[in-house]
This record gives sequence, C-alpha cells and structure tokens, in this order.
Amino acid sequence: MIALYVLICIPLAGMVLQARLGDSRAAGSWNVRINALSFVAALWLAIEISNQGPTSTHGGEFRVDAFNVYLVLLTAFIGLTTSIFSAPYMENERVHGRVTAKRLRLYHSMYQGFMLAMYLVLTTNNMGFLWVAMEGATLATVLLVSLYRTPESIEAAWKYFILCGVGIAQALFGTVLLYFAAGQTGDPATASLQWSVLFAHAHALNPQVMSLAFVFLLVGYGTKIGLVPLHNWLPDAHSEGPTPMSAILSGLLLNDALYAVVRCKMLVDGSTGTQMAGYLMMGFGLLSFLVAALFLHRQKDIKRLYSYSSIEHMGIMTFAFGLGGPLATFAALMHMTVHSLTKSAIFVTVGHAAQVAKTQQLEHIRGLIKTQPAIGWGLLIGTMAIAGFPPFGVFTSEFLVLTATMQQYPWLTPLLLLGIVIAFSGLFHHIQPVVYGAVPDGQMPVEANLWPVAAHLLLVLWMGLAIPGVLSHWFEQATQTIAGSLPL
Amino acid sequence: MNDLIHHPLEEQAILFIAALVIFSSFLMLAQKRLASLVNVFAWQGLLLALATALSAHTQQSPHLYFSAGLNLTLKAMLIPWMLSRLIVKLDMHREIEILLYPSITLTAAASLVLFSYYVVLPIEHLSTLATRNAIAVSLGVILLGMLLMVTRRQAIAHVVGFMAIENGLFFAAVSATSGMPMVVEMGIAFDVLVAAIIFGVFFFHISSSIDSLDVDRLNRLSENES
Repeated sequence: MIALYVLICIPLAGMVLQARLGDSRAAGSWNVRINALSFVAALWLAIEISNQGPTSTHGGEFRVDAFNVYLVLLTAFIGLTTSIFSAPYMENERVHGRVTAKRLRLYHSMYQGFMLAMYLVLTTNNMGFLWVAMEGATLATVLLVSLYRTPESIEAAWKYFILCGVGIAQALFGTVLLYFAAGQTGDPATASLQWSVLFAHAHALNPQVMSLAFVFLLVGYGTKIGLVPLHNWLPDAHSEGPTPMSAILSGLLLNDALYAVVRCKMLVDGSTGTQMAGYLMMGFGLLSFLVAALFLHRQKDIKRLYSYSSIEHMGIMTFAFGLGGPLATFAALMHMTVHSLTKSAIFVTVGHAAQVAKTQQLEHIRGLIKTQPAIGWGLLIGTMAIAGFPPFGVFTSEFLVLTATMQQYPWLTPLLLLGIVIAFSGLFHHIQPVVYGAVPDGQMPVEANLWPVAAHLLLVLWMGLAIPGVLSHWFEQATQTIAGSLPL
Repeated sequence: MNDLIHHPLEEQAILFIAALVIFSSFLMLAQKRLASLVNVFAWQGLLLALATALSAHTQQSPHLYFSAGLNLTLKAMLIPWMLSRLIVKLDMHREIEILLYPSITLTAAASLVLFSYYVVLPIEHLSTLATRNAIAVSLGVILLGMLLMVTRRQAIAHVVGFMAIENGLFFAAVSATSGMPMVVEMGIAFDVLVAAIIFGVFFFHISSSIDSLDVDRLNRLSENES
C-alpha cells in the first residue's frame, strides 16, 4: 500500500509548493508535473490492486477495492489532462489581466488541494473521514469559483458555499446516525465508522435507524451530485469559475459524491433487506434526468448548457444504481467513466471556444468550425458522444441502462427514452449554429492544446467499441460487491 | 415525567442544558441586531461545551473532554470573536434588521421542533444512552439553523445559521454516540475553522461587489431572467 501513501503525499506536497511558487511562469508546467506524478502513483496502486485484490492499510483507515481503484485512476487521469489544458489557459488569462499573481497562487495551490480531497474521499474507509474530505473539496474549490471577482462569480461562489455547506451538513447528521446504529448492536466490534466493518455486520444494524440515516445521507451527498431539486448551485458554480475548474468539478466531484451515496446504499441495503434506498435513488435520479433535459433548451450560456447536461447524466447514473440489478450497476459504473471523460473533454473545448469568441453567450459564438476547425470538430464530436450517439461509450452504457430498465420496470422505459430525445434536441439546437453558423467579425483563432480532448474522446470511443479487459474485470468485481452477482 | 426524577443528577443536568440549547436557537431567530445574534451564538457554543464536559464526566470518556475544549475555543470564543470583529470592521454594529413576520417564523420554529421529535421517534425507543431526548433537540437545532438562514438577508446572519447547524450536528454526535472517533472530530473542527475563515474573506468580496451584505441583492444568476 506504499503506492497509496505516495498518491496522497504528492498532491499534499504540491499544495504547499504551489502556495509559494504558483504565480511564476513555470507554475502551470509544475502543475502538470505534479499531476503526472500522481497519475503514475495511481497506476502503481491500480497494478497492485489488480494483482492482490482488495487491500486495506494497517488499522483499516484506508481501503482500496475494485470499486474505488478505477475511480482513483480516472481521477488522476482527468486531473492530469485538465492540468495540461490549464497551463496555457491560465497563462492566457494572466496575459489578459483577468487574474493577479496572488490569485494564480491560490488557483494552483487549490487545484492540488482539490485533487488531494478527491483521493481521500475515494480511498478512505472511514465514513466520517469521507465526510471531512468531501467538505474539504468544497472548501478548496469555493474560492476558485469566485476567482475572477465579478459580481456574478461572487454570487455563484456564495450560493455554492451555502447550499453545499448546508446540504452536506445533512450528510454528517446521517453519518452520526450511522455511527449510532453501529453502537446499538450490542457487539463492541461493530462500534466503528469503518465502512468494511459496517458492511460485514450490516445485517445487525437497526433497519429503522439506517433508513433514516440514508435519507439524510442521500440529501446531503445528493446536493453535491446536483440532484434536482438540490441542483441550484451547480450551473452557477460551473459557469462562473475558470474553465479548468468546470472540467474537474463536472468530471470528478460529482462522481465522487455519487460514489459516497452508493457506499451508503450498500450498507443500508444490507441492513434493511428492502428496496427502500433503491426507490429513493430511482426517484431522485429520474426527476433530475427529466428536469435537466428540459432546462437544456432554455440556456443562453454555453457552460451552463453543459452543466445541465451533467445534471442529466448524474440523474441517469443515480437512477441506474437505484435499479440495483447487476446489469444496471455495471452500466452505471461504466457511465461514470465515460461521462467524466467526455464531459471534461467538452469543457476543455468550451474553454477554448469561449476564448476564441471572447464570450460565453451562445448567441455570440458562431462558426467555430471555420474559425478554428480543431475546436469546432472537438465540440461537435464531444457533443455527439455526450448525447449518446453510437459508437461512443455513452451509447453503450445508456443502452445497458435501458435494457436493465426494460427487464425490471418496463413502464419506466418510455420516460427514459423521452428524456434522451429531449436532451439530444436541446443540445443540438444550441450547438449546431455554434459550430456551423456564419463567423462574426473579430473572431480569431487562439493557441490551443487539444490533445487532451482527443485522448479523452478516443478512450470513450474505445470503450464504446470494446471495453478494455482490465477495466471490465474491475467493473465486474465492483458489480459483484455492489449488486451481489455478476452481470449476464 | 415520573421517569425523570429517577435519573441521576448529571442526566437531568444534561437534559436541562439541551432545553437551554434549543431555547438559544429560538432566541437567535428573534434577534434583530447582528451583534446580539453573535452573542447568543457564543452562549450556545458555551452551553454545548458544558453539555459535552458533563457527558464526558458521566461516561468516563476522557476524549469527550477534549472535544468539549475544542468546541469551547472554536464555537464559543474564536468564531464569535471573528464575527464580531468583522461586524465592527464593516461598520454594521448599529444596523437593525427588520424581521419579516416574526410571529410566523417562531410558530414555524416550534413546529419544526415538534417535527424533529416525530422524526426521531424510532431512535428514542432504541437508545440505551441516558440523553436520548438530546437527539431530537439536536435535529431541532439543525432545522432552526436552516430556518434562520432562510428568514435573514444579511450574509453574517447566514453564517451564524450555518454555524448553528454545525452546533446541532456536534450535539447529535455527543448525545447519540458519545462522540465521533477522534480523527473525524479533528477533521470536522478543521473544516469548520477553514469555513469560518473563507466566510470572512467572502464578506469583503461581497461588500466590495454590491456595497452591502444583503444577499437578496445577489440575484444576477437565475433561470427566470433568461
């Protein structure tokens, strides 16, 4: 497990280092290097886990199994590619005088702080510490949302802070109830907040208390996932912050909050033996999916548009985890991966597009494919992937979700199909003129590094054609732990 | 009620403090001046520390003494001190906020407390700890903290509401489970401290961007106008 300690120490050291050097010209490339090191450590950890199976540290404070190892790898990968995009992007912002030296230090330091919080959320075995790390992620990002200090960005950051803070307080109450249930079993061995201990003794936990705890945990972490009606902060925070932040918030934070909910659901299911937790998640998921799909139509800001698309996809995943069968769980795990990859690629492209057009207003961004073909094509292909076109991975996972729904709750299938169509039309209605329309005056190409986008989209394409062996093995193992049996 | 007198003195004392804690939440809802709001908040922190120290005494758990001390320094001294300094700095210590519908707010608060008793019914039957009423009270404190945030317009009042929610959570942890594991408690305290500092930074950002701390004027981002 040395790899795990290395993985946690690297961003910690990076945070301190960047707090001092974050305003130098080399800070961006240092950010890339630190993230590259983290990625190597994550690979090392992944190799260790695939050889040894689930491993815990001494004392059991950290635990890595098939469910979180692929998320760690995904987090490190997206952290790395986004930092590659971030370096020239922030340099451009600095040249245009939108950020001062002090704020650049804050930005680079908190980038690492956020990555640290994400790794801790994923690898910790302690449900209490998971909460602490999740709140830490909010604290690390809240000042980045208001980095530009415009009235809008300050408003967005305030909303983000208050809503997520209050929301996640509910999750802490749920965690207290969890600990309470663990202390009531009469067996001193279970009086612990460690997930593995609680999971092993889930049947002994009081079902009434656990159901109550789950309601609080779902509302709390659900605020972070952006589930409707707790989603209000998400489009604002994503649209007003610097674009690299939008990419990692959308690609990583939402996933990790969902990860926390699924861990809690596993405990509650073991205790109650009913579908209660699943029904709640299905309800919230479906509502988020449909509402966000409708809201896509009335957006005027390109980053808000894709934020609503994130809510929509988190809704699908929550719904699929709620369905709970092996097929649906497998699909949800895969959807987490492909959505993160595609969405962060889109945000990177959108960031460049906004710099090309010097605005985020959809009606003023036109004809990207003529001004700068790489960005235009990137945006078009990314949008096709996220809307669920074959042969991309999003199509595969959505298809699997639909199949699972047809098996378990056939009468919900029309709603899902309807939502997918509404979302598709919403996205293309806005993006078609952005890509093909007549070029407005003064729109100039910018220096852009698009290979992170290409890498992400190729991976998504690969996962749509054939899931790599290692990954499908992890997905199957994780499905086995979450749903109790293998898919197919 | 007959039951109550058979409890040892310490437990009665903790129940009494629990009553005072929820009373202080009601007081906060009724405060018109920010400075006195912060004062009441500090008193609530002090009461919580007292309750924690008492349960540390009854349950013979030394680590609860530590959390009592942590709570005392953080919630009863450091954060109220930071907030009142900010109030003076931003020249708001004379400002009086007009409370909209105070009677409706307090009635709503009372119903929320009743509601939290109803929600925790299954737990109360279960609990083997003496302080089972306290769980309902702590949920009540959390909900009243949210109500405070909903009814106020000043950013500082929102922060006090936020911190009062944290107080409720802390009280729940102490009364339901005799304290969370040490590492978790330290982490939560750290998060609260950082949050308080970030709030302080925010006040200056907000007041420089809209010339006041009235968060109702933060209304540029909404779905309706577009």
